[in-house]
Amino acid sequence: MKEHVRQIGALAARATLKTLRQPFQLFPIVFFPLILLAVNASGLKAATRLPGFPTHSYISFAIAVAFIQGGMFSLINAGTNLAEDIESGFFNRLALTPLRRVSLIAGLLVGVGVLGVLQSAVYMVMGVVAGAHLDAGLGGVPVILALGALTALGFGALGCAAALRTGSGEAVQGLFPLFFVFIFLSSSNLPRNLLKTGWFHTVADWNPISYLIEGFRSLYIYGWDGTALWRGFAVALGLTALALLGVAGALRTRMQRT
Amino acid sequence: MNATEPAGAGIWRVARAIAWRSLHTYARRPDLIVPSLIFPLIFLASFAGGLSALGGLHGFHFPAGYTAFQFVFVLCQSAMFGGLFTGFTLAFDFESGFARRLMLAAEDRRGIALGYAIVALTRAAVTLAVVSAVALATGMRLTGDGVDVFGLYGLAALLVLVGFGWAAGVAFRFRSIQAGPLMQTPVFLILFLAPVYVPLSLLKGWIHAVASVNPATAFLDAGRGLISGVHDQTGLAFVCAVALIVLFGIWMLRGLRAAENAP
Repeated sequence: MKEHVRQIGALAARATLKTLRQPFQLFPIVFFPLILLAVNASGLKAATRLPGFPTHSYISFAIAVAFIQGGMFSLINAGTNLAEDIESGFFNRLALTPLRRVSLIAGLLVGVGVLGVLQSAVYMVMGVVAGAHLDAGLGGVPVILALGALTALGFGALGCAAALRTGSGEAVQGLFPLFFVFIFLSSSNLPRNLLKTGWFHTVADWNPISYLIEGFRSLYIYGWDGTALWRGFAVALGLTALALLGVAGALRTRMQRT
Repeated sequence: MNATEPAGAGIWRVARAIAWRSLHTYARRPDLIVPSLIFPLIFLASFAGGLSALGGLHGFHFPAGYTAFQFVFVLCQSAMFGGLFTGFTLAFDFESGFARRLMLAAEDRRGIALGYAIVALTRAAVTLAVVSAVALATGMRLTGDGVDVFGLYGLAALLVLVGFGWAAGVAFRFRSIQAGPLMQTPVFLILFLAPVYVPLSLLKGWIHAVASVNPATAFLDAGRGLISGVHDQTGLAFVCAVALIVLFGIWMLRGLRAAENAP
């Protein structure tokens, strides 16, 4: 067991450092959510004057989207890194060592979770600097970090499943726009009660990303809203579970090929 | 070259060959067509559908409705990105070695730039036609007349050339698809630092100050004026677009010289 933990720790450290040492992977994690937050928070500030809008601070409303975008970058970074390892043959060499099969991916995913905590902390600081107010207070900080890590883990695992399935970094990159669509067709810019176009309201209601966003958002604008929180965690856990199932299946197939 | 040929015939010959080849490739590659169509449609659905409540804000008066208001943004964005995507193609052609061979073979290398510009305009025309058809099919109202609508698409064509001029200049200098973010990030920023969601009068703070001097604001105001028939900044938008085409044309041709001199 101790050996197992040591193996996972070594691979998690490698995964974390690999992302932190590559500016082109680190830059979008910080830059894009920051830019989109700045642009949307300023451009959509007038929306707070709509009757039924839950807060007077659009930045507190919009900061939640940054955590989801961070999760999507976890998908790209984890998937691309794993695909690179597969393409370069490093993954096959690792598979020939006495490392346990589970450790191969668990190490990478623990690294994704650690990065999820770090990027969530960065978004929280960004939000404070920009004027977002965390209504849940200091107690909300660990909850956001936990939900951020779980979200990153879920999306990161999806990226790993895609990498294992295709073995191609390009294919993993191609998933990004697909998941971005989920953000656009959710309650990312306005609360669901203000989505006046019928079909859009229905899509946002069925889109799990809406509930993930609302989980983060509730801590900023409502304080402690049990319903929004359990739904947010349920979506993050469901996404992680489904993605891990995908990883297990894809890993089995790849190891058979190896 | 034939001695009796009119001046510039070589440029057009090169341009036609490049345009045919690139459009042939475009038509046969769904991975090029689909993203160029899907993204504008998603933007249109997300902004016009998801933010329609903003049309009810006090001080928001737009006769053609919120869908038309957002359609103009999507039209301008699709036009500029149509130019950018062709810049990606040019960069990819350099990376694969094709553009270098092309430069050896072309009798007048300015024809290369012209050929890709034709590609950009054609690709953008396909995207704009699909986006317009979807917007009209989903109930967008046009309150401008035929001349206004012609002006709107004329402005979009100029924006294709603005986007292409910028992206081609970058592609000629870096000759690698790795320069993709450098092509699209400034355009993305300029577009989103304009009154995208609400009119300029409803923007407050730093974004109002930035949007007031952003040429993209003139493009959006002019486009919204043309689609609604209530003209606003139309002359300024066309002057800005032409000025940017001249500026980026020089940037692109100097990039072409840099590519010629590259080792």
